[in-house]
Amino acid sequence: MLDALGSPQSLLVLGASSDIAQATVAAVAARGRLNRVVLAGRPGERRDAAEASARALPGMSGAAITAVDFEASDSTSHSSFVDAVFDAGEVDVALVAFGVLPDAATVADPSAAANVVTANFTGAVSALTAISARMRGQGHGVIVVLSSVAGERPRRSNYLYGATKAGLDAFATGLGDSLHGSGVSVVVVRPGFVRTKMTHGMDAAPLAVGPDEVAQAIVTSLRGPSRTVWVPRPMRPVMSLLRHLPRTVFRRLPI
Amino acid sequence: MTGVESTLLTGWGRATASLAEVSHEASVEEIAETVRSARGTPRGRGVLSRGLGRSYGDAAQNGGGRVIRTDALTGIGVIDASGQVDVGAGASIGDVLAYAVPRGWFVPVTPGTRHVTLGGAVAADVHGKNHHRDGSIGSHVVELDLVDGRGQLQTLRPTSPGFGAVVGGMGLSGVVTRVRLRLRPIETASLTVHTRRTADLDETMAALVAADQEHRYTVAWLDTLSSGASFGRGVLTSGDHSTVGSSPGGEPTPLHDFTTGRVLPGPPWAPPALLTRRRMRMFNEAYYRAAPSRATLSQESVAAFFHPLDVISGWNRIYGRTGFLQYQFAVADDSCVRHVIEMFQRAGVPGFLAVLKRFGPGTEGAPLSFPRPGWTLALDMPALPGVRDVLDAADDYLVARGGRLYLAKDSRVKPELIPAMYPDLDRWRELRDQLDPDHVFASDLARRLTLC
Repeated sequence: MLDALGSPQSLLVLGASSDIAQATVAAVAARGRLNRVVLAGRPGERRDAAEASARALPGMSGAAITAVDFEASDSTSHSSFVDAVFDAGEVDVALVAFGVLPDAATVADPSAAANVVTANFTGAVSALTAISARMRGQGHGVIVVLSSVAGERPRRSNYLYGATKAGLDAFATGLGDSLHGSGVSVVVVRPGFVRTKMTHGMDAAPLAVGPDEVAQAIVTSLRGPSRTVWVPRPMRPVMSLLRHLPRTVFRRLPI
Repeated sequence: MTGVESTLLTGWGRATASLAEVSHEASVEEIAETVRSARGTPRGRGVLSRGLGRSYGDAAQNGGGRVIRTDALTGIGVIDASGQVDVGAGASIGDVLAYAVPRGWFVPVTPGTRHVTLGGAVAADVHGKNHHRDGSIGSHVVELDLVDGRGQLQTLRPTSPGFGAVVGGMGLSGVVTRVRLRLRPIETASLTVHTRRTADLDETMAALVAADQEHRYTVAWLDTLSSGASFGRGVLTSGDHSTVGSSPGGEPTPLHDFTTGRVLPGPPWAPPALLTRRRMRMFNEAYYRAAPSRATLSQESVAAFFHPLDVISGWNRIYGRTGFLQYQFAVADDSCVRHVIEMFQRAGVPGFLAVLKRFGPGTEGAPLSFPRPGWTLALDMPALPGVRDVLDAADDYLVARGGRLYLAKDSRVKPELIPAMYPDLDRWRELRDQLDPDHVFASDLARRLTLC
């Protein structure tokens, strides 16, 4: 149960290896109420490292931490996966943090491009559908969805990723409104450029933030109704402006 | 029963919410039937009864489960010559007062609001301004009927082992359907009330100790925002039921003229930050100044003396959308009260409406009953993240000194502190398991604090 001050006791992370996910686990653990953490993702060194660093966090001493295999692209597995997690205990907060950032070769390959959509969007749809149904069943819960400003207006340099995030953002926003009054809320997080493993080697865009800033924005948004959170907050007016630029202007921007 | 409706429930503090299947059972038999069917549901989320929802936190919520409203069980029986009366668990303290006062009887214990049901009052083992003398409400229950976890009705008396699992048991041992209460005889509908200001915390505490010797009802309102020489100043009120013939400070109201009190509509909406620390300080100053500087004596109504906040319905909305919480602890040592208030002041806790009171002995054999001898302080504050760390620190400080928090008020304590606060928790669990072997009864509070 999320307490009166917005501190969760149980946390499910899909895409646990991501830097933003790890920072969020640390920020939630700092509140000292966690007793259950499920770290879901592809098995491997990165997930093992995420699990090890979660165990080392201060405030995690009383928590049962489990790492479980989760394949975002395998939508047919999501329902039974989510059932198993919820059957084993409450989930106060579910963080949907998986996703890939395609390189130029992937974007140019029809089949590989479609796989990006499957992982980033289709997989999120099945996971979110399963999670929201089980949270309705427990009468409370918060789903945090990592969207991106890239979905606000697709750019020529990043349109495939942007398209998946646009779809995810629309789905999660509508889902959140459909859950109004159910005790379950959806927090759609729209970060700008975040300095992470995923963006390593790229030139940082203006208003770039670190994973910790995204994590802080997430933990302070857990109470209350469904909402959209921009990180950093000035991203909202900036993107509002960019969204309304004529396309002839927008496509000439060096972004 | 009028059907089951999915309803978002919150506590009085409006700081957490969860959705439950809420039903209004028309009879004890229907309640038993609901419990039996929940018992047969695999992986169900359990059943909880809910009265008027005055618990501040999540005690009367059961997310994803069933919530039985006891609002059909409001019958009040005939008061016998010794003052005993059968009251339906859904009847409120206010209902009992409206019936009993004109007949010359008073409830043995009333909390600071009359809008609590008898079922809820027993579940939280509520206390009032007379705890130092009369204990909490469990001490005045002659017997009670309970729908247990098997869906069977049983009658429990103070000598029954299960009685102590129900009194203070936060509704987790069964659904109380009837309470046989021992009332107190009164001659008038008024209270003779002494009011005096106190200059600092030492004086406030000493005055409370002294007043407890003289008066049935005592309480001190405390200004937790004042510092320096006026740290812990307050307004002490002590009262006794007025008798016919002797009426210092005015004419007492005859029994037949008793009314439970007016209710003004509360604000339908409040701005999020209406209560800033500065405004609270101004309020406290005004409240303190409004009290007479020299001790006075007056005749006061039951409503004005016991239930001042009930005048405004829905006053809990003044904290706006964020909601609020109440921090109430009990601790034996005098110095702990000072230390906790100092912690709050250093952290800038925006709290006002603090109430200080002395407890007498706790309820025998009820492991989760809150009161224990010493002091209790209750302080309302908005549910803002900024208070998290100082409240956690205050918890640790109090637990190390044998202190505890009131489960009916809690919405944020660390679960691992509960066994230290309630050392007989395992004894309670044993008693509860006899009444509810399959753990049919559940609540958000119980899940959050792993009580069951």
